[in-house]
Amino acid sequence: MTAPNHRWRQFKDLLMRVVTFACAILVVAPLILIFYHIVKQGFSSLNFAFFTQLPKPLGEKGGGMANAIVGTFVLLAEAAVVGVPVGVLGGVFLSEYGSSKLNWWVRFAADVLNGVPSITWGVVVYGLMVVPMHGASALAGGVVLGLMMIPLVMRTTEEVLQLVPGGYREAALALGIAKWKTIVQIVIRTALKGIVTGVLLALARVAGETAPLLFTTGNLGWAHKLTEPIAAIPLQIYVYAISPYDDWHRQAWAGAFILLLLVLAINVGVRFFTRDRFQSKT
Amino acid sequence: MPETATSPLNVPPESKAPGAPALAVRNLSVFFGKNVAVKKVSLDIAARAVTAIIGPSGCGKSTFLRAINRMHELNPEARMEGEIKLFGDDIYSRNVEPVVVRRRVGMVFQKSNPFPTMSIVDNVTVGLRLNGVGNRKVLAERTEQSLRMAALWDEVKDRLHAPAISLSGGQQQRLCIARALAVEPEVLLMDEPASALDPLATSKIEDLIVHLKKEYTIVIVTHNMQQAARASDFTAFFYLGELVEYGPTTKIFTSPSQKRTEDYVTGRFG
Amino acid sequence: MALAVFVLVALIGYELARGSQPALHKFGWHFLFSSDWDPGSDNYGALPFIFGTLVSSLIALVIAVPISVATAVYLTELAPLWVRQPLIMFIELLAAIPSVILGFWGLFVMVPWLHDHLFPGLRSMLGFLPLFRGPDYGPCMLAAGIILAIMIVPIITSVSREILRSVPGLQREAAYALGATRWEVTRIAVLSYAKKGIFGAVILGLGRALGETMAVTMVIGNSPQFVASLFQPGSTLASWIANQFTEAIGDLFYSSLFELGLVLLGVTVLVNIFAQLLLKTFAGPSVKPQH
Ligand SMILES: Nc1ncnc2c1ncn2[C@@H]1O[C@H](COP(=O)(O)OP(=O)(O)OP(=O)(O)O)[C@@H](O)[C@H]1O
Ligand SMILES: [Mg+2]
Repeated sequence: MTAPNHRWRQFKDLLMRVVTFACAILVVAPLILIFYHIVKQGFSSLNFAFFTQLPKPLGEKGGGMANAIVGTFVLLAEAAVVGVPVGVLGGVFLSEYGSSKLNWWVRFAADVLNGVPSITWGVVVYGLMVVPMHGASALAGGVVLGLMMIPLVMRTTEEVLQLVPGGYREAALALGIAKWKTIVQIVIRTALKGIVTGVLLALARVAGETAPLLFTTGNLGWAHKLTEPIAAIPLQIYVYAISPYDDWHRQAWAGAFILLLLVLAINVGVRFFTRDRFQSKT
Repeated sequence: MPETATSPLNVPPESKAPGAPALAVRNLSVFFGKNVAVKKVSLDIAARAVTAIIGPSGCGKSTFLRAINRMHELNPEARMEGEIKLFGDDIYSRNVEPVVVRRRVGMVFQKSNPFPTMSIVDNVTVGLRLNGVGNRKVLAERTEQSLRMAALWDEVKDRLHAPAISLSGGQQQRLCIARALAVEPEVLLMDEPASALDPLATSKIEDLIVHLKKEYTIVIVTHNMQQAARASDFTAFFYLGELVEYGPTTKIFTSPSQKRTEDYVTGRFG
Repeated sequence: MALAVFVLVALIGYELARGSQPALHKFGWHFLFSSDWDPGSDNYGALPFIFGTLVSSLIALVIAVPISVATAVYLTELAPLWVRQPLIMFIELLAAIPSVILGFWGLFVMVPWLHDHLFPGLRSMLGFLPLFRGPDYGPCMLAAGIILAIMIVPIITSVSREILRSVPGLQREAAYALGATRWEVTRIAVLSYAKKGIFGAVILGLGRALGETMAVTMVIGNSPQFVASLFQPGSTLASWIANQFTEAIGDLFYSSLFELGLVLLGVTVLVNIFAQLLLKTFAGPSVKPQH
């Protein structure tokens, strides 16, 4: 009744399950390890001063990253101002207007832009803003992050708009409502949650970007104007990490902990709120 | 609800299959979650004969068929009760693996599904190769044999190494039949194998089915009454998951004992 | 607004080309094949960085591709249902970890571990290869490759998973009906169908690896040299720009860094275009419509 190689086949089946399972564990292991180390080292390195004080000059112990924490939020706000309108409107265009041929090219360009290395963005904005303005600035840093957000937001916005059933649009148009009104009042409203999700994920993504800030923001004290240099958590982590001082390493652990918390909180939070859509996809 | 469901026990003796049945189904129920798709069906399927399963859409024909080779288990929602014996072996017994059942009970689907990355000959031999047949001569013989039985040999013998997707729709379906036959299953299940084909391709498949019953036990689901009447020896009429009537095809089509059967086969509903 | 993407593409290309003018002018094609990087004599070449970029990405692919594809297979074909959702969540979170954190962790946790545990083992087992010979001081090419592998695994896995999910159920059923085991179904019906798409996913991962900056910069050691041994420090286009930009003195130095950026952009854009084309044309080798 059974073929002669039956046992062997069953064994191979089991073997492949075990092997692929082991690979899955290997994939997850770094996440667990990174989390473990950052939380352990980072938490013990945190103190009140970290949130309230400025970095101490070289050689002095203590101090904090207050400026970098504020700086990161300032940069994110700027990035949102630059990236969200263009990204969302572009996504609306892709989903609701435009010829299919043009849209193919737009999508293609957006996907290619998403693959442009972040360091390249930094070099470009350096040439574009830092050189003409004679120095790094909060403005340049915000712009570079904002530009990086555009293709990200555009694609996710388009995706969620496509999920809005076509029937909604037709129903509204059939009532004689103008197309742009239909889009604003029906389509965008239906998809609002998804759009916000996409924007938040894009912000989480650029919040951790370091390479584009290396030559654009500077990394000093408090910025009082957008034209002055500004600090940012990821940049601070990098600078401290490659320094030879133990006390700076400690600060870097704390910074990494805060950044990881911020990024993962957005990611987990967003998934939690959009659970339904997320699960139905699997 | 049908008044009385016929079980093979009250099928008149003359309609019973000659010899031992290939499949003995007892009290088979299949559930999807809380919904029941097949309700307490009992019937014997004759060996070396064609049994047609008819009934309106959604009455559980496909589900019944898939329970026979345990394909329904691919759906985690699905659950069965009852018993099915294949030539005396309980296919749901604890020590029987679905893989073995499916080797013994082949299946052809409504939409043809050759493996698009494989050549014609590889499609035919893939099942054999899985079972450890590596001998080239044996593979070549079985390829020809299966393709002949599927009435495809003459059309493809000169291009056995062409990709399977270079064939026409009807040819692809016959290739799928050849693929199923190559492992020499004891029973061949066909779920509306011709519903996506044009009349010419359909009649080729019907001829082929009639021809195949010399060696195989065939269970075919069809929505086409003429096809059931022409190609089958026995017919089972399902309605709302229950077996309403089962007997020799001529009887079901000329003098059914149930009013519902008559209404259905004469096209008054369904 | 959608047209902004074209503006951005043009802007990036134009800025980099403009910034690299002096270097382009001075060195011409020679820039790509020269291995000098000498601010003293103002002579610059890209070869060691192109080499480092390719080698580190290659190591990353060698490690990441089998693991990612196997994980994608596990997720779509073999894993029990209840495992899938949490696993997918973990992989997405891994993708979300900022690269500076990965590099930081790599520098302070992974590199010392490699130095103490993995490298001695590799040296004694594979030391007959020049690749695994010589002393190591910590940051090195192999560490960069491993960190890159960690970074691209989530991308390759999730894109491959999408591809596998798009394989028609009917293909799987065909294999099951022949009495195939789950793994055999995966092999004959799923993987062969999805080959091209998975290749696209791998190329996408390659594009990411080529351009990754922070994590690599922190663990590769940043030295502008060719290395036969993977235990030696090296550098990539991206890591060298990150490392040198703030220290650059003189126009030609800057301009050469811009040109490195241009080379990097060219390579990643080409690789990404290739990946997108593969993924966009992937609908599987479609079965002919019936007539
Ligand atoms: N995967 C599934 N999940 C849940 N319910 C299902 C599933 N497949 C079938 N059903 C239900 O089981 C019942 C029988 O379905 P089945 O496919 O067996 O009908 P059928 O007779 O083959 O119909 P058709 O002639 O249209 O092919 C239907 O009510 C259907 O909704
Ligand atoms: Mg059906």
